[in-house]
Amino acid sequence: MSLLAAGGGEVLSFPILTALVLVPLIGAVATLLTSARRPEVTKLIALFSSVVTGGMSLWLLASFETGDAGFQFVSKHEWIQSWGIGWHLGVDGISLFLVVLTGVLFPLAIVGCDPHHDEKPYLAWLLMLEAGVMGSFLSLDLVLFFLFFEIVLVPMYFLIGRWGYDQRVYAATKFFLYTMVGSALMLVGIVTTALLASDQLGKVSFDLVEIAEGANFAASTGRWLFFAFAIAFAVKVPLFPLHTWLPDAHTQAPTAGSVILAGVLLKLGTYGLVRFGVYLFPEAAVWSREIFLTLAVIGILWGAIAATMQTDLKRLVAYSSVAHLGFIVLGTFAFTTEAISGGVMQMVNHGVSTGALFLLVGMIYERRHTRQIAELKGLQKVAPIFAAAFMVVMLSSIGVPGLNGFVGEFLVLIGSFSTARWWVVIGATGVILAALYLLWAYQRVFHGEPDEANSTFRELRLREGMVLLPFIGLIVFCGVYPKPMLDRIEPSAKALLVRVEERSGFSAPDVVHVDGSDEHGSAEEHGEEG
Amino acid sequence: MNTVEYPSIDWLAIMPMIILLGGALVLLVVGALTPRWPRSLYAVATVVLTIPTLVIEMILWNRVGHDGPVAVIGDVLAIDRMALLAWIGITVATALVALSSSEYLRREELDGPESYAMYVLAAIGGMALASANEFVVLFLGLETLSIALYVLAASHRRRVESQESGLKYFVLGGFASAFLLYGIALLYGATGTTNLTTMGRFLEAEVFLDGDDAMLLAGLALLLVGLGFKVAAVPFHFWTPDVYQGAPTPATSFMASVGKFAAFATMLRVLLVALPSRADDWRPVIWVMAIASVVIGSILAVVQTDVKRMLAYSSIGHAGFILIGVEAAGHSGDTDGLPSSLLYLVLYSVLVVGTFTVVSLVSRTGDGRTDLAAFRGLSKERPALALGMTVFLFAQAGMPVTSGFVAKFGVIKAAADNSSYAIAIVAMIASVVAAVLYLRIMISMWLSDAESGDDQREKVAVPFTSALVVTVSVAFTLFAGIFPGWLIDASRDALVLVR
Repeated sequence: MSLLAAGGGEVLSFPILTALVLVPLIGAVATLLTSARRPEVTKLIALFSSVVTGGMSLWLLASFETGDAGFQFVSKHEWIQSWGIGWHLGVDGISLFLVVLTGVLFPLAIVGCDPHHDEKPYLAWLLMLEAGVMGSFLSLDLVLFFLFFEIVLVPMYFLIGRWGYDQRVYAATKFFLYTMVGSALMLVGIVTTALLASDQLGKVSFDLVEIAEGANFAASTGRWLFFAFAIAFAVKVPLFPLHTWLPDAHTQAPTAGSVILAGVLLKLGTYGLVRFGVYLFPEAAVWSREIFLTLAVIGILWGAIAATMQTDLKRLVAYSSVAHLGFIVLGTFAFTTEAISGGVMQMVNHGVSTGALFLLVGMIYERRHTRQIAELKGLQKVAPIFAAAFMVVMLSSIGVPGLNGFVGEFLVLIGSFSTARWWVVIGATGVILAALYLLWAYQRVFHGEPDEANSTFRELRLREGMVLLPFIGLIVFCGVYPKPMLDRIEPSAKALLVRVEERSGFSAPDVVHVDGSDEHGSAEEHGEEG
Repeated sequence: MNTVEYPSIDWLAIMPMIILLGGALVLLVVGALTPRWPRSLYAVATVVLTIPTLVIEMILWNRVGHDGPVAVIGDVLAIDRMALLAWIGITVATALVALSSSEYLRREELDGPESYAMYVLAAIGGMALASANEFVVLFLGLETLSIALYVLAASHRRRVESQESGLKYFVLGGFASAFLLYGIALLYGATGTTNLTTMGRFLEAEVFLDGDDAMLLAGLALLLVGLGFKVAAVPFHFWTPDVYQGAPTPATSFMASVGKFAAFATMLRVLLVALPSRADDWRPVIWVMAIASVVIGSILAVVQTDVKRMLAYSSIGHAGFILIGVEAAGHSGDTDGLPSSLLYLVLYSVLVVGTFTVVSLVSRTGDGRTDLAAFRGLSKERPALALGMTVFLFAQAGMPVTSGFVAKFGVIKAAADNSSYAIAIVAMIASVVAAVLYLRIMISMWLSDAESGDDQREKVAVPFTSALVVTVSVAFTLFAGIFPGWLIDASRDALVLVR
C-alpha cells in the first residue's frame, strides 16, 4: 500500500499531491474506456474527475499552513534508484496558487467549451494535460519535473492539432518544436547539474531540495547551467524574442486549449524560472538579471504594441499575454519580496483574467464564426450582460484598481522600483498601452450600432454565465482582498530572496511593505548596488 | 604421433545456440518435406523454439552472477552478462519478428519455413557475434548473420525492390566484411594473436615506440570501417535507406533490432576488451561518427516522404545515440557508457520491431504502400493501431514515460559524466529535428483530412499475431519507460566483461 504509506511528514497520511496527479490521469483512462454510444457518460466521468481534482486542490488550499515557507504535504518515494531519481512532490507558497488555479480552471474549461467533434479523445487529452500540469507544479525532483514538463506537450499538441482552427497543424507543430528545443537543452542542464552536484552530495541525486541545499556551484558553471534551464523556460513564458509560437498556438487552439494554455501552461515557464532558475542558481540569476529585465520590458512593450495592431480579437489577447508575462519576469528578476510575490500573484491573476478573456472570445466565435474585430460591432446593444462580463474581465486584464490585475502588477512595479528603477519606468508604460489596446478593442467590438450580422448576437446563456461567474468572483475577490493570498505567498518568496541574497551578495533594500505602509522615498536613497 | 588437444566444452553455455541451430534445421528439413503447415504454425514453432533458449539464457545469467564471467571452449566465446543481455535481446526480438512475419508472409503469398529458418540462423550468428572473444569466431558470426540477412532482404520474390535491396546489401556488405577481415589481419600482424583477451593484455603491456604502431592503427581503422558499416553509422550508412526500404518489412525490423544489437555488442567488446589501451586513438573516431550520425540521420530523415526510408534514417540517428554511449565507455574509469549503450539497444530493439510491425500492416498487400499518404486516416480506420504507433513514435522521439526517454537519458547522462557536453547538446538538438519526422507521421495518422480515393484503398487488416506483437511492444515501451530500474540494474551488471 505505497499510496497510503506516503504523505507529508506533518499532518496528512493521505498523499494528496500524488492524488492530484493521478486522479486526472485515471480519469483520462476511464474516459477512453467508456462506450462511444454514451457521450454523456464520457463527459460525466471527465467532469467528475476534474471536479474531484479541483476539490482536492481547494482542500489543499484550506489546509495549507500559512506562514510556513518550506514545502508542505511532501510525498517522497524512491523511483529509479539506480539513477537517483525520486517521486518527490511538495507544495509551497509559490506553487500553491498555481495548483489551485489548475484545479479550478480545468473543470471550467471542460464545462465551458465544446469541442464539436470527437469528444472522447478530446476530454481524455484534456485530463492528461491536467495531470501533466499538476505534476510540473508539484515536482521537486529535476527529472520528474522534466518528465511532466515535456509530457504536457503531447496532449496540447493533439488538442491544437485536432480541435483547432484552419492553421491548426502548423500552429501545433510550431508549438511542439519550439518548446522541445528549449527542453532539449534543459535535459542536458539537468543531468549536468545532478552530476556536478554529486561530488558535494556524495551520490547522484536529482532531488531539487538536496541539490539546492547540499551543492554550491562555481560561478562560471552555475551560469552555464542556469542558461540551460532558463532558455527552456524563456521559450515557454514566452520571453521576447522566443515568443513567436504563442500567437499562432493561441489563435489556432480550440477555446479550452487557449484557456489552459494562457491560464496555466505559460506559467510553467515563469514558475520554472522561479523554482529551478532562481532557486537553484541564485548567483547566476542575479548575474544575468539585467538581460532578463531588459527582455521582460521589451516583451511588455512589444506585446502591447503588437496587440494594438491586431485585427483578430483572439490574436490580440494572445499578444497581451506576452506583455503580461513580461511583468511577471520583471518581478522575478527584481529580487525583492514584493516583486516576487507580485509576480507569483500576477501568474494567477493572468491565468484567471486571460483565461476568462479567451472563454469570452470563444463565445463570440461560437456565435458569429469570426474573430475579426472589423466584423463585430455594437454588441453591447444586443447583449448587455455579455458586454458587462467582458468589461469586468477586460478591466481586470488592464489592471484597474479594485480588480485582481491591479494587485499583482502594482506589487511588481512597486517592488521592482528600488532595484530595477529604469526598467520599471519603461515597463510601466505597458500598463497604459494595455488600457489603450483593450479599451480600443472593446470600443470597436461593443460600441456603436450593431449592423445586420451582429444584431442577432445571442445574449449570455445561463450555462455560460455559470462558467464565467467563478472567474468574475475571483477577479473581484482577489482585487478587493488579496491579503489571504499574499500571506501564503510571501513567506516562500521571502525565503527565496534570503537564499538569493546569501548566495550572491545581492541585497534588496527592505523598505516597501505589502500591508500598506510603503515608504517609496527611502527606497530611492538606498538604490541598487551597481 | 601428435595428439591434438581438444578444448573442454561447456555445453550449457552453447546450449542456446545449439537449440536454435537444431530448431532451424528441423524447421527447414521437415518444412521442406511436408505440405504447407496450417496458419501461423511456422511462427508458433519459431516462438516455441525461443522459449527454452530464453530459459537457458536466464540460467546462464544467474550462473554468471554466481561464478563470474568466463571464456569457454578454448577462450573463443565470452559468457558474460553483456553477451547474455545481447542473447536475450536477440532471442526476444527474433520471437517478435517471427510473430509479426506470420500474417505478412501469408498476405504476400510467401508463406513457408524459409524465412523463419533464416531468422533463427541469423540470430545464431548474432549471438556468436555478441559473445565472440576471438576474431575468427567474430568473423564467423558476422558472416552467418550477414548472409542470412542478405537472403532475407531479397526474400520478397515478386518485388523488384526487394531483389535490389538484397543485392545492394550483399555487395556493400561484402566490401565491409573485407575491410573488417583486413583489419583483423593487420591487428594479428601487430599483436600476434586473434584472441581478444590476449590482445588486450598484450597491448596493455607493450610500449610502442614512435611509428611502430602503424600496423595496429591501420588495423583499428579498417576494423572501425567494417563495424561502422554493420551498425549503420555515418559515413558508412549509405546502404541503409535503400536496403531498409526495399527489404520485406519484417526483415527490415529484424535488421534494425537483431542486426544492430549484435553489431554494437561486438563493437563494444572489441573496443573495450582488445583495444582499451588504445582508447585515445579510437574514441575521437567514435565521437565524430556519433555526432555525424545523430545530425545527418535526423536531418535526412525529415526530408523523406517514405516512412520506411524515414525510419531507416532515424535508425542511423539512433545508432549515433548508441555511439555516444560507446564514446563514453572509452573514457578511463567510466562506468556508464557500456550500460547505457546496452540499455539503449534493449529498449530500441523492442521499439523498432513494434514500429515496423505497424508499417508492415499499413503497407497493405504488395508491401508497397509505405509513403506518408498510406498512413492518412489510420486513426479513423484503426484507432488502436494508430494509438500504438503514436506510442512508438513518441518513444523514438524520446518523450518521457516511454522507453525512448530512458534510453536517451542514459546515454546523455553517460556523456555528461565524462564532460562530453558538446556531444550531449548536439544529440539533443538533433533529436528535436528528428521529432519533426515523427510528428509528420502522426500528422498523417491523426490530423490529415481524408482525400479522394482514400475510401477505395484496401482496408488495413490487423491479424491477431501482429496485434499481439504491437501490444507486447507497447506494453514494454510504456512499462520500461515508467519502471526502468530493473533494466538499468541489468545493464549495469553487464559492466564486468571477460577480459
